[in-house]
Amino acid sequence: MLATPTVGGPAFHPRGRFQIERRLRQPRWLTVAVPAGSLVFAFFASGIVLLATGHDPLSGYRQLVDAAFVNTGAIGQTLVSATPLAFTGLAAAAAFRMRLFNIGGEGQLYMGAITAAAAGLYFGGSGGPSAFAITAMVVGGCAGGAAWALIPGLLRAFFKTNEIITSLMLNYVAGYVLTYLVFNTESYWRQTTGFNASVFPTSKQLPPSADWPAAVIHVQGGIALPLGAGLALLAAAVLWVLYRRTRFGFEVQVLGDSPRAAQYAGMRTRRKILAVMGISGALAGLGGASQVGDFSHSLDADPNGLQKQYYGYAGIVVAALGRYNPFAVVLVAFLIGGLQNAGNTLQGADFPSGLVGVIQGLILFSALGGELLVRYRVRFARRPEVVAVEPA
Amino acid sequence: MVERRGAGGAPPTSAVAMRGITKRFPGVLANDHVDFEAAAGEVHALLGENGAGKSTLSNILTGLYRPDEGEICVYGDRVEFHSPRDALDAGIGMVHQHFRLVEPFTVAENVVLGDNSGEGRRFRLRRRAIERQVADISARYGLHVDPRARIWQLSVGEQQRVEILKALYREARILILDEPTAVLTPQEADVLFRTLREMAAEGRTVIFISHKLHEVKAVADSVTVLRGGRSVATVSTAEATPRSLAALMVGREVSTTERVEHERAAGETVLEVDAITVQGERGPAVRDASLTVCAGEIVAIAGVAGNGQRELAEAIAGIRCPAEGCVRMRGRAVRAGDPRAAITAGVAYVPEDRLGTGLAPSLSIAANLALKAYREPVASRGPLLRLRRMREHAVELIERYRIAAPGPAAQARQLSGGNLQKVVLAREFSGKPQLLVAAAPTRGLDVGAIETVHAYLRDAAAEGMGVLLISEDLDEILALADRIAVMYEGRIVGEFAGATADVEEIGLAMAGGQHPR
Repeated sequence: MLATPTVGGPAFHPRGRFQIERRLRQPRWLTVAVPAGSLVFAFFASGIVLLATGHDPLSGYRQLVDAAFVNTGAIGQTLVSATPLAFTGLAAAAAFRMRLFNIGGEGQLYMGAITAAAAGLYFGGSGGPSAFAITAMVVGGCAGGAAWALIPGLLRAFFKTNEIITSLMLNYVAGYVLTYLVFNTESYWRQTTGFNASVFPTSKQLPPSADWPAAVIHVQGGIALPLGAGLALLAAAVLWVLYRRTRFGFEVQVLGDSPRAAQYAGMRTRRKILAVMGISGALAGLGGASQVGDFSHSLDADPNGLQKQYYGYAGIVVAALGRYNPFAVVLVAFLIGGLQNAGNTLQGADFPSGLVGVIQGLILFSALGGELLVRYRVRFARRPEVVAVEPA
Repeated sequence: MVERRGAGGAPPTSAVAMRGITKRFPGVLANDHVDFEAAAGEVHALLGENGAGKSTLSNILTGLYRPDEGEICVYGDRVEFHSPRDALDAGIGMVHQHFRLVEPFTVAENVVLGDNSGEGRRFRLRRRAIERQVADISARYGLHVDPRARIWQLSVGEQQRVEILKALYREARILILDEPTAVLTPQEADVLFRTLREMAAEGRTVIFISHKLHEVKAVADSVTVLRGGRSVATVSTAEATPRSLAALMVGREVSTTERVEHERAAGETVLEVDAITVQGERGPAVRDASLTVCAGEIVAIAGVAGNGQRELAEAIAGIRCPAEGCVRMRGRAVRAGDPRAAITAGVAYVPEDRLGTGLAPSLSIAANLALKAYREPVASRGPLLRLRRMREHAVELIERYRIAAPGPAAQARQLSGGNLQKVVLAREFSGKPQLLVAAAPTRGLDVGAIETVHAYLRDAAAEGMGVLLISEDLDEILALADRIAVMYEGRIVGEFAGATADVEEIGLAMAGGQHPR
C-alpha cells in the first residue's frame, strides 16, 4: 500500500532498520548469560582464525587449556601471571567503585616493588623466611604504592585535577625512577660488588629470609601457591567487607552514585578521595611487593622486564570484566593469567605465536561488547504498518 | 498545514489518539487500557494524582516506552515509536519535569543539540545564526532567555523556557508539558499560559500534565482525568468546576488548599541568619539577608525563582559557604560551609532538587533513608553497618509515610516524584531536627501528596520544630506560614504576618516594587 507518512519531519524509514533500544530492566539471568555467551563467541571467532591459518581449532584449544591449567606445573605458572593481575585488578576495582579513575596501578606497582625491595634488603637476614622481614615488605609495598597514588589523590581532592591524567602520567615517572635506581645510579638497590655487576648493572639479590614462602599443594606434581596469591584472596575478602558492610563503604557507594547527595548528607568527600586512592595504591603496591618477594627476589628494573608486562593496565581490564566485584576480579585474574601463561608456554613449536594475543583481544572485545547487550537490546524494526491495521 | 489522508479513518482534527494503551511494569499496571484523544489547536490537560499513569502515558507518546497493548495515531496515521527520535520525527515534543539540558552548554547549543534536520546537521556550528534563530522564536512566544547564557547560570523557570524553545525549534506540532508550572511563580505561569494559548491558536496541540485544578481551568480547553492507571473521563473545561475535577481525580471530594491555623507553640529563637551574603554562580545571590525562625513557627520565603532563595537555603544547610555574615542555631554559630556541622546542629534540609541532591538515585530506598543516619546507632555499630536494622528502619518508614515502593531494596530512581519526596521527608523528619528547611517541598506533587506534606510541616511546627518554607506557590505560603519574608534580588525586601498578609502587597514585593514600609 502506498500510504506515505504524512506526519512532519523526515518521517518513517521506508523499509525498517535495526534499532538499539535501552532495556528498562536488566534481567538477572542476562548478567550471567552475556559474559558466558561472549566467551563462547570469542572462542568461536578465534576458531575461525585458527582454521584460516590451517590449524585444527579443537586441538589448538586443547593445547591451550592443557598449557594453562592441566599440564604438570601449569597452574603454578598460571599463578605467576595471575597474582599481579589480581592485585592490580583489585586496585582498579577499589577506585572505580567510587568513580575515581585511578589508571596509575602500573606506577603504583613499581613503587611498591621499590619500597618492598628496600624493606627486604634492609630487614632480611640469612636463614629461612622471616615473618618480620616479610611483614616489613608487605607494609613497605603497600606504603609505597599508596604514597604514589596519593599524589593524584591530593591533586584531585584539593585542586580538582583530573586523576585519570595525573595518575597515568605518573606511571611513566615511576617507570623511569625504577630504571634509574639500578641502571643510572649506584643506589641501595644496585649490586655494586662482584664480577657481573662490573659488566652489566644488576640489582641486589634479596637475602633468603626475605623470600616469600609458598604453600605446596600436592596435585599435578605439586602446585606452589605463592604467598602473594593468598594475600590477593585475603585482600579481596577485606575489600568486599569494607565496601559492603561498613560506614566507609556506604559513603563510597553514595559518592560513586551522586557526589552532590554525598555532600548534602555531610560526607567528607576529600577524605574519602584520599582514602580510596590510598587503598587502591596500596593494593597495586602490594602487587609490586609480591613481585619482589614471590617471584623475582630482586628489584626487576629492566625496561624490558616487569615494565613490559603491563600488569597495571591489564588490571583495569580485569576489574572491568569482573564488574568491580572483588571475588570476580580474582577469578578473572586467574583465567586471564592462565591464558597469558599458555601463550608464553606454547610460543614457538607449531603453535602460532600471535594466537594467544588474538584470543585475548577477542575475549576482551566480546566481553566488553557483550556488556552492551545487558543494557540495550537490538531489534529489527519494520516500518510502521500505517494502513494494514484498521483501528477499531 | 500538510494535507492528510487519514488512513485510520480517525476524524481529521484529531492530533493524537491513543486507544487501549496498556503498560505493565513489574508489580504495577501503570496504564490500564487508557484512551486519550487531543484535537489539533487545543490545550488538553492530563489530570491525575501521582502514580495515576500520566508520566507513563506521556513517555509512551514520546517513544520512551513501548506500550504492551493499544495503538497510537498521530494526525490519523497509525504510528509505532521505537525511540524518542521517532516521536520527534512525528512532531511530538516534550518538556520534562526533570529537564534534559546539558548544563555547561549555552541555550542556543542546547536548542540545536540532537537536531538532525536544521542547523544541528551542519558539521560546523554556526553560533550566530543559531542564536539569532533562537532569539527570534523566543521573542515570538514571549520566552525570554539569553541564547548565549549557559544553562547552569539559569533559574529553573528559565531552563524550562529553553526546553520549550527546543521543542518549538524542532517544529513540534504536539507539545507535552509535564507539570510545567511546578517551578514557576504565578506571574511566570501566566506568561507561560499565554505562550501555550498562542501555540494552540497556531494549530499546535498542547498536552498539559498537571494536578493543579485552577491552572487546568485557566489554560486548558478540555481535560482527560486519569485515576489508578485508567482514563476516568474526558470533559470540556468550560463545563467543569475545580471541585468536580478534583472529585474525578481522587474519586472523592477534597478541600482545596485553605488556611488551617496550626497549634503554635511560639518558642525561643532556633535559627538566626545574621546579615549573610552568599556568592552564586553569577555574582552575589544573597545580599545582606537576615532572618530568624522560632521554635514552633513556620516562616515562609516567597519570591520569584532565582532571587537567591536556593542559595540562602544552601547556606543554612552548610552546602554553600557564605562570604559574609553567619548562621546561628540556638545562639551558637554553625561552622560555615560544612553540611555535617549543620546536620549536627539540628538542621534538616529538603532540597529543591530531590533526585540529584536529596537522594542517591541508584542506591536502594533503605540506603537513601539512612543517608544521614548511617553514622548513628540506628544504622551502624562502630565502623560496621547494621544492614538488617537499616532494612527494618526503612520498612518502618515506608509504612509510616505510606511510600509506594516495591520494597526497601528497590532503587530510589524507580519511585515516582511524590514518593521520592516522601522518602526525603521521612528521612529528614526521622533525624529529629530542630529546624526544617524545606525548599519547594510540594513541587510536582499531586493534591493528595501536597495535603500530606502540608500536614507534615504543620505537625513539625506543632512539635516545636522551626520550619523555614521556601516556596514559589503563594497559595501554599498563605495556607501555612506564620510569617512571610519576601526575597527579591538576594535581599529580604519585606516581611508580613501570615494571617493578615495581603496577596497584592506580597506580589508587589516579589516583583521588586517599592515596599510601603
